[in-house]
Amino acid sequence: MSNVTMKVNGKPVSGEVEGRTLLSSFLREGLEMTGTHIGCDTSQCGACVVHVNGQAVKSCTMFALEAEGAEVTTIEGMANPDGSLSVLQQAFQDHHGLQCGFCTPGMVMSAAALLQDNPKPTEAEVRDYLEGNLCRCTGYHNIVKAIMAASGQDVAVAAE
Amino acid sequence: MYDFILERPTSLDAAVALLSDEDAQALGGGQTLIPTLKQRLAQPGRLVSLTAIPGIRGICRAEDGALCIGGTTPHGEVATGATAYPALADLAGNIGDPAVRSRGTIGGSLANNDPSACYPAAALASGATIVTNDRQIAADDYFQGMFTTALEEGEIITEVRFPVPEVANYQKFEQPASRFALVGVFVAKYPDGVRVAVTGASEEGVFRWTEAEAALSANFTADALDGLSAPADGMIGDLHGTPAYRAHLIGVLTKRAVAAAS
Repeated sequence: MSNVTMKVNGKPVSGEVEGRTLLSSFLREGLEMTGTHIGCDTSQCGACVVHVNGQAVKSCTMFALEAEGAEVTTIEGMANPDGSLSVLQQAFQDHHGLQCGFCTPGMVMSAAALLQDNPKPTEAEVRDYLEGNLCRCTGYHNIVKAIMAASGQDVAVAAE
Repeated sequence: MYDFILERPTSLDAAVALLSDEDAQALGGGQTLIPTLKQRLAQPGRLVSLTAIPGIRGICRAEDGALCIGGTTPHGEVATGATAYPALADLAGNIGDPAVRSRGTIGGSLANNDPSACYPAAALASGATIVTNDRQIAADDYFQGMFTTALEEGEIITEVRFPVPEVANYQKFEQPASRFALVGVFVAKYPDGVRVAVTGASEEGVFRWTEAEAALSANFTADALDGLSAPADGMIGDLHGTPAYRAHLIGVLTKRAVAAAS
C-alpha cells in the first residue's frame, strides 16, 4: 500500500491505495464520493469521467497513484457554492438531458471540459466531443440541447 | 487486475533501471494497457509509469525542420500543438475520444504497435525516427509485425521525429464500436517521393503500399491509382470485414487521402 495525496474539488485528500487501485475506486470507495459512476469499467462508456488538472479523463482507466499531486474535479464539485445547480447542470434538467441519470455525471464532466476549451461549440462539435460518453436512454438529442443551451446558444437541434 | 507494484520514477535513468527487471512493464497513458490488465491478459509484477519523467513530453521543431514529439505527449496535445504538421494533428485528434486523448501517449501507441492503431501509419508514412533512451530507429526498421517492434526489453521511446511533408493526409475508416481504424491510410508527399502507409488491414501490422508510392511519386493525383489494387492476401478477416473488403478499402482510402492532400 502507498499513500496518495491529491486535491479533489479543491480540498486536499489522501489515502492508502494499492498500485492497481483505479482513480474511480479511490474516489468511490476511498473517499466515499459515489457521484462518479462506473458503467462499463472498460473505458468505453464515459460514466466515470472526471477532470484531472483541468482535462477530462476516464477515471476507471487511470491509477489513483498517477493522480498524485493533481487537482481532480468530480461531479460533486460542479454545483454552485450555495448548493444550487450550475448553469450546465440546470440546463440538463431543463432540457431533459437525462432519464435514468446513470451516464449524467460523465456527460456533465465531459460537457464542462468541452465548454472550457470551446465556449460556443457547434452542434457537430458537441456530438463529436461526446463520442466517448454513452447514454442508453435519451438518444443524445436532449443532452446536445442542454449543452447548447448552457453555452448560451439556440437549443433547436435537428433530429439526425 | 492481478496485483503489481506501481512505480513513478522522476528520471529517465531511474525508469531504465526499474525496467531492467524482466517482470517490469512500462506504462504510458494506460489507455490500452489498463484495459488489458483488467482482462488479465498481462501480469507484470511491476509497472513503471513514464509520465512523471520530465523532458520527454511536448512538441518542438528540430534544427532540420522535423517536428519532434516527446514520447509521453498525449494525443490531445498533439492534436492542438502539432500545427506545423496538420495531417498529423488531425490524426491525433481523431484517436479514441477526448478523454482517451487526454491520457494516451504517442510513445505508448508506437511501443504497442497495435495493428489497427493510427500513429504507426503516420510514423511509417513520414519516415519518422523513433528516438529511445539508447538509440535512434528509422520507422522502416521499427515496425516488425503485429504488436512487434524493434524495441528491446525495457527500452523507452523518448521522442518521435517527423520530417514535415509538402502535403499529407490521413483517411481513417473507423470501426465504430472501438473507434480504431478498420483501415487507415496515411499519404505523405516529400520532395524525394511519396510514402503511403496502411494500418488496420494487414495481419503483419502497418505496412507501406509501394506500388501506390511509385505511381503517386510519378503523378500525385487520385487518378494515378486507377488500376492498382492492394492484394487481399494476408489481410485481416474478422466480423467487421473480410480480407477482400479491407484490401478494397485501401485503394479507396488512398485515393481519398490523395484528393484531400492535393
